Amino acid sequence: MNINKLKEIVMKYVFLFTAIISIVAVVLICVFLFANGVPAMKEIGFANFLGGTKWKPGNGLYGIFPMILGSIYVTGGALIIGVPIGILMSIFMARFCPDRLHKVLKPIVDLLAGIPSIVYGFFGLVVMVPFVREHFKGNGQSILTAALLLGIMILPTIISVSESSIRAVEESYYEGALALGATHERSVFTVVVPAAKSGVFAAVVLGVGRALGETMAVMMVVGNQARVPDSIFKGVRTLTTNIVLEMGYATDLHREALIATGVVLFVFILIINISFSILKRRGKE
Amino acid sequence: MEKNITPINQLSWKDRLKSYKKHPGSFILLLLVGASAVITVTVLVYLVGYILIHGVPYLRPSLFSLTYNSDNVSMMPAIINTITMVLLALLFSVPFGIGAAIYLVEYAKKGNKLVELVRITAETLTGIPSIIYGLFGMLFFVTALHWGYSMLAGAATLAIMVLPVIMRTTEEALLCVPDMYREGSFGLGAGKLRTIFKIVLPTAIPGILSGIILAIGRIVGETAALIYTAGTVAEAAGVMDSGRTLAIHMYSLSREGLHTNEAYATAVVLLIVVLLINGLSSLIARKLEAATK
Repeated sequence: MNINKLKEIVMKYVFLFTAIISIVAVVLICVFLFANGVPAMKEIGFANFLGGTKWKPGNGLYGIFPMILGSIYVTGGALIIGVPIGILMSIFMARFCPDRLHKVLKPIVDLLAGIPSIVYGFFGLVVMVPFVREHFKGNGQSILTAALLLGIMILPTIISVSESSIRAVEESYYEGALALGATHERSVFTVVVPAAKSGVFAAVVLGVGRALGETMAVMMVVGNQARVPDSIFKGVRTLTTNIVLEMGYATDLHREALIATGVVLFVFILIINISFSILKRRGKE
Repeated sequence: MEKNITPINQLSWKDRLKSYKKHPGSFILLLLVGASAVITVTVLVYLVGYILIHGVPYLRPSLFSLTYNSDNVSMMPAIINTITMVLLALLFSVPFGIGAAIYLVEYAKKGNKLVELVRITAETLTGIPSIIYGLFGMLFFVTALHWGYSMLAGAATLAIMVLPVIMRTTEEALLCVPDMYREGSFGLGAGKLRTIFKIVLPTAIPGILSGIILAIGRIVGETAALIYTAGTVAEAAGVMDSGRTLAIHMYSLSREGLHTNEAYATAVVLLIVVLLINGLSSLIARKLEAATK
């Protein structure tokens, strides 16, 4: 009897311990990133680091402004392509397609979500880069190519989150609009979707996070030149690719500057995460 | 005059077209929505088709020979490493993920501050991009713990990455177990621990499995988190050795640019794994649905 009681108590704490691991992990990630990155920022100077337009580790110039701009351009481009298609597709799946078609489309969206980013990157390299080179300007490795590829990659995220929030809207909203004489499309677009707007917006925010954090696929199509771009047909480097490209051989301050790049990316992602959870909570209320 | 009575909610195509004439805006919306579906499906079919058509012819038996050398860039060592990596990462993440979910569902009281914190941090972990995990793994496991570039460091990094996936799916599966089961078990005199292990967990197994399968998919496809933790050595690796998984193998091949055909073949293998994983998880989901109905 006593052994059983002891077991119960011990196991309770074992479960508690496993639950705490995710807190520990987040704290460790923050501590290690900031402890290794912030000193480098201080040494380089915050203004020089964040605002400097020259990244030349050989000459001691560590300005990541071009990379910040690159990440913003590429992510923005991905949103211009991915958001309209993603939201329209989620509306199609939630309110337009018959059940039988949905049974086909759902696995397709899941498959899009499951394809590894390296496979997307390879596809971008062998199909999209030549396509952009032949039909537009430049050598094909450009902001445009990366935006196209990322636009495809964020589709499944946007579709699944936005679809479930549209499905969560009460049927009576739709029926009420129909009863007032609106067509099916008008009911869906002017009543159902606006009712789900915080969920749809959360889907977009999640898409931003995906696009901003994507590394391997972007690296293979974006050109990776660390400069401020003047056209969408030019190559650029993003925060994520800066880390992967140079971490292999970087030492000392160079290495720390790369970790500091990671810190900047991490802060961006945290801001996005927080706005996502705020939106999600608002959607529930 | 002839009156034909049609049910109001079952319009024929003719009626629909007529109504669209009156509402051109609605028709445009319909077209847009349809077009987006066509685009999504086309992109997927084109991508998968392109890779299969270009990759399948190069799936020669020599690509699966046991040793790697620069003439014959065999993917067999990478396949072995991928399996090792999956097993190791699951070994860390599954017990912790399931344990955490059990605590959240079975022990924690509602409105507990700690539970809130666990949920927020798990959500945060979900949103962190894999390159940040890679950086952290490099700083913590590789450097601070002196594990060096090793499968163990890679697996530990990935374990943190997939932990929230397993936690969330297990939590959902546990919440789906009716309270009746627990009450029945308590009523028969079983303790809390016994109820969890003999009644609740067995009932929740399909849901937990689907989470594990999702996690496997992420581990197999991961690149950015592994380059600077597990490294890129192209040999079958032990736990403390550096070794490349299939996804990293493909990255190295396409980066070197000398073995494009082999890169296609590797992409085919990766796609097949993803297809299998997705098939399995939807099979389980369907079984779950049938069981709850």
